[in-house]
Amino acid sequence: MIEFIAGKYNYWIYITLMMVGFYAMIARGNLIKKIIGMNIFQTAIFLFYISVAKVKDGTAPILWDKAVIYDNPLPHVLILTAIVVSVSTTAVALALVIRIYKEYGTMEEDTILGMTENRERTGGN
Amino acid sequence: MIDFILLFFLVVCAIAAVRMKDLLSAIIILGAYSLVMAVVWTRMNAVDVAFTEASVGAGITSVLLLAALSRTQRGEDDRRRRTEDRRHDAEDTRQDMEDRRRGAEERRRKTEFSTRTKKTGISAHSLLSLIVVIVTGAVLVYGTIDMPDYGDPDAPANLHVAPRYIERSYKDTGAENFVTAVLASYRGYDTLGETTVIFTAGICVILLLRRKREQ
Repeated sequence: MIEFIAGKYNYWIYITLMMVGFYAMIARGNLIKKIIGMNIFQTAIFLFYISVAKVKDGTAPILWDKAVIYDNPLPHVLILTAIVVSVSTTAVALALVIRIYKEYGTMEEDTILGMTENRERTGGN
Repeated sequence: MIDFILLFFLVVCAIAAVRMKDLLSAIIILGAYSLVMAVVWTRMNAVDVAFTEASVGAGITSVLLLAALSRTQRGEDDRRRRTEDRRHDAEDTRQDMEDRRRGAEERRRKTEFSTRTKKTGISAHSLLSLIVVIVTGAVLVYGTIDMPDYGDPDAPANLHVAPRYIERSYKDTGAENFVTAVLASYRGYDTLGETTVIFTAGICVILLLRRKREQ
């Protein structure tokens, strides 16, 4: 049982992180908070991939004549690409938030929804 | 042990960043979170990824968030304070009646809406989100039961193509770093696609934030 927990607790911590981000994305009304949650969610997934690449007693995947066993380099490559893509999505999301703020003067989701409802009710602007 | 402490610190940072009402504090905590994440990845021997996270994740993401914050507002959930501010402004500057009437109407509409959601929506919404999050987390934890242990050399992920890259990439490409060899040589077109993604994102940001020319 202890062996089981020792081998798996890492994954459970990643899941906790991911769920913290997920909660921020669906429960918080502030749009910047949602983006922060999205970032936490993404990094938790990256952490999961990197931990899959780890081999016990392995060294960093760089050629070294004393190395016995290397860590798996492929997830590292995958996540390098993913980090850059995640920054791109964050940038676009933030630009959208700035536009929304310019239009509505707020970043609170429920206020924005109320304003659009009002607009529809009164017909246009 | 140090690994466990670092991971625990990550969880603390994440929860603090999500719970913080002040957005500037939340962003700074997120930067600390990214930096601890870089340390964790260094501990896992993913040095290239750790570098990228420290510079791009902790650096550029924080800068982008701060830039967005400087163009919007700092506080979260400060609707009440904002309307109060507006009321003070109206009292101080004695704007003309038309404006004030319209402002009051808008304010009334807004408070009407917010009390409505407060009565029926908010708590039920966060409770529902909590249930969704817990159920999703439980399903994921159930999924880890079949996962190979952390650091298992016989895990399927480490058996199929990875040894081939480790054995041959130096001969094939001349790069001593296997990650670089795969990123820049074997998967060079994919990296080109990645720069296309950044380019597209840059164009999106420019189009969204472009100021309309005055007619």
